[in-house]
Amino acid sequence: MITQWFFRHGDRRSRIAIFLLLAVACLVPVLNLLMPDTSPLHIPTYLVSLFGKYLTYALLAVALDLVWGFCGILSLGHGAFFALGGYAMGMYLMRQIGPRGVYADPVLPDFMVFLNWKELPWFWYGFDNFWFAALMVVLVPGALAFGFGWLAFRSRVTGVYLSIITQALTYALLLAFFRNDMGFGGNNGLTDFKDILGFNVQAGATRSALFAATALFLALAVLVSSFIIRSKLGKVLVGVRDAESRMRFLGYRVDRYKLFVWTVSAMMAGIAGALYVPQVGIINPSEFEPANSIEAVIWVAVGGRGTIIGPIIGAILVNFGKTYFTAAFPEIWLFALGALFILVTLFLPRGILGLYGSWTNRSASHAARKDDEVLPPVVKQGGKLAPVPEPQAAE
Amino acid sequence: MKAKDTLLYLDGVSVSFDGFRAINNLSLVLQLGEMRAIIGPNGAGKTTMMDIITGKTRPDSGEVYFNGTVDLTGHDEAAIAMLGIGRKFQKPTVFESHTVEDNLVLALSGPRSALSALFHRQSQDEADRIDEILYTIRLFDRRHWLAANLSHGQKQWLEIGMLLAQDPKLLLVDEPVAGMTDAETAETAKLLRDIARTRSVIVVEHDMHFVRELGVKVTCLHEGSVLAEGSLDHVSNDQRVIEVYLGR
Ligand SMILES: Nc1ncnc2c1ncn2[C@@H]1O[C@H](COP(=O)(O)OP(=O)(O)O)[C@@H](O)[C@H]1O
Ligand SMILES: [Mg+2]
Repeated sequence: MITQWFFRHGDRRSRIAIFLLLAVACLVPVLNLLMPDTSPLHIPTYLVSLFGKYLTYALLAVALDLVWGFCGILSLGHGAFFALGGYAMGMYLMRQIGPRGVYADPVLPDFMVFLNWKELPWFWYGFDNFWFAALMVVLVPGALAFGFGWLAFRSRVTGVYLSIITQALTYALLLAFFRNDMGFGGNNGLTDFKDILGFNVQAGATRSALFAATALFLALAVLVSSFIIRSKLGKVLVGVRDAESRMRFLGYRVDRYKLFVWTVSAMMAGIAGALYVPQVGIINPSEFEPANSIEAVIWVAVGGRGTIIGPIIGAILVNFGKTYFTAAFPEIWLFALGALFILVTLFLPRGILGLYGSWTNRSASHAARKDDEVLPPVVKQGGKLAPVPEPQAAE
Repeated sequence: MKAKDTLLYLDGVSVSFDGFRAINNLSLVLQLGEMRAIIGPNGAGKTTMMDIITGKTRPDSGEVYFNGTVDLTGHDEAAIAMLGIGRKFQKPTVFESHTVEDNLVLALSGPRSALSALFHRQSQDEADRIDEILYTIRLFDRRHWLAANLSHGQKQWLEIGMLLAQDPKLLLVDEPVAGMTDAETAETAKLLRDIARTRSVIVVEHDMHFVRELGVKVTCLHEGSVLAEGSLDHVSNDQRVIEVYLGR
């Protein structure tokens, strides 16, 4: 039903992005697995995994854009949902190790044996089953987001206050997951994974498959986001972003709309985390680091908030830069990231994609101004003439 | 009960902000189908009165009844809007990044749940109503404009259009002609008189020419309570009204 809708109503940009992602999902595994190593077209496995990781970040960015770009909820704690999804997947991968661990316990993961635990804690039950774990990947972040959002939105916590408590949320989880007695491997987290669905996680073919799966989920996220944003519900969300109380006086229960999109977004972030963990081979509490969530905000800002596609571009570019900088000049990366954020906020309030948009608008308005000095400049807008939008300051 | 057969009934309503009494023992009754103009100097409490009726501010004491029986003090903004009370703000507030048409789509009466909005498809009936409103508010050829690009007066009209789309029983309009040209003011008076034919309206306004053009009963507020009430001539000849308006 949703795909049917997409061909009729989806916007052009999202359509292009989805087709590109599908193409990449098919092509990259082929170029990795079928091309001989000597061929210039061959993509080495380490690159497949690296870009697979970027795409999971892009998925996190799309999730964040859904709440920040379209509904004005600036979350500084989306990394928490990402990490929870990652832990759910990590728990499955741990249980797949079975007796192949260092201590060769058939049930208990190594760190539990090391802590002298005798049996599996109840919250580890079921994680030997992939589908149960997959369910938890969306349910755990979703439930946390639902509970958190229900309290916060009903009490009308907004703006910077909400941002601060999301930051506190991820920090609290960071501290909790550091503790050994939480039962998630403490400081070291979960690692030394062996296989996923019976396939060796290190194998090139598995890596390619994980990459393809990430690209597919990212395409799905674009599809879902685009469906939500173009629906009447999406219009309500944008209305809430621009004039929340006006929306209430129209009779909308603003808190429920926020809760819906907030929960959907957290679930997307959880899926991103679940795809991330098998590709990087580890999940530990540092994923809850508040700085991670702030970095995700920068990706969205750089790519262009409120554009669905922009955050994908932002996440890939910034992380590409990060990979390069942290290898070449490790000491200046943080300064570069900070400078980038300031520059984007000052000069590109609508990100890279906004730059493209305003460039096309401006050339149209110059043409109009030449013809007509008296009337306000106009641009084409949905087939009708409309004045040029004022240059918008950062909101 | 006294509130019976009234559309809006306020009795002995008071509200204080940090010890300052913005509304002081205010009583006001509006009949079904009535249009009322509210005048009063700045800070008289006109906007605060609207805040109380629409659930934005909870009164410290007093009764507020809608339709004779519904106690408005027990409902929030969204519930009061769904009961049929629409509000136009002093500063025009439209959704700037939406088109004129989408602003009306959002305001159009109908189910308000998130689920229904997610799967909403516009019906022919809804499309017709939007066209009709676009004509009424003289924005038919601007339907695809972003609301941000409208002039100040056009935004005021769009907001009135959104109220029409909401199809409320009672309309609260806060200073609709502030910042409008004389021609726009006259048009707006006409528009409001048209609207008042089918529903009740409360208009807050400073502009005496405009109030005269409306030709309805006038209530003058001062320091949070009613100073005088009656025809415009009666109110504007009241000694105390002259004092608060001219004695400043
Ligand atoms: N939320 C508030 N907090 C504190 N004071 C307020 C608040 N709302 C209104 N007031 C005060 O109440 C008085 C009445 O304001 P208002 O209703 O806006 O007047 P009017 O609309 O008649 O000009 C003013 O003195 C204003 O400063
Ligand atoms: Mg006022």
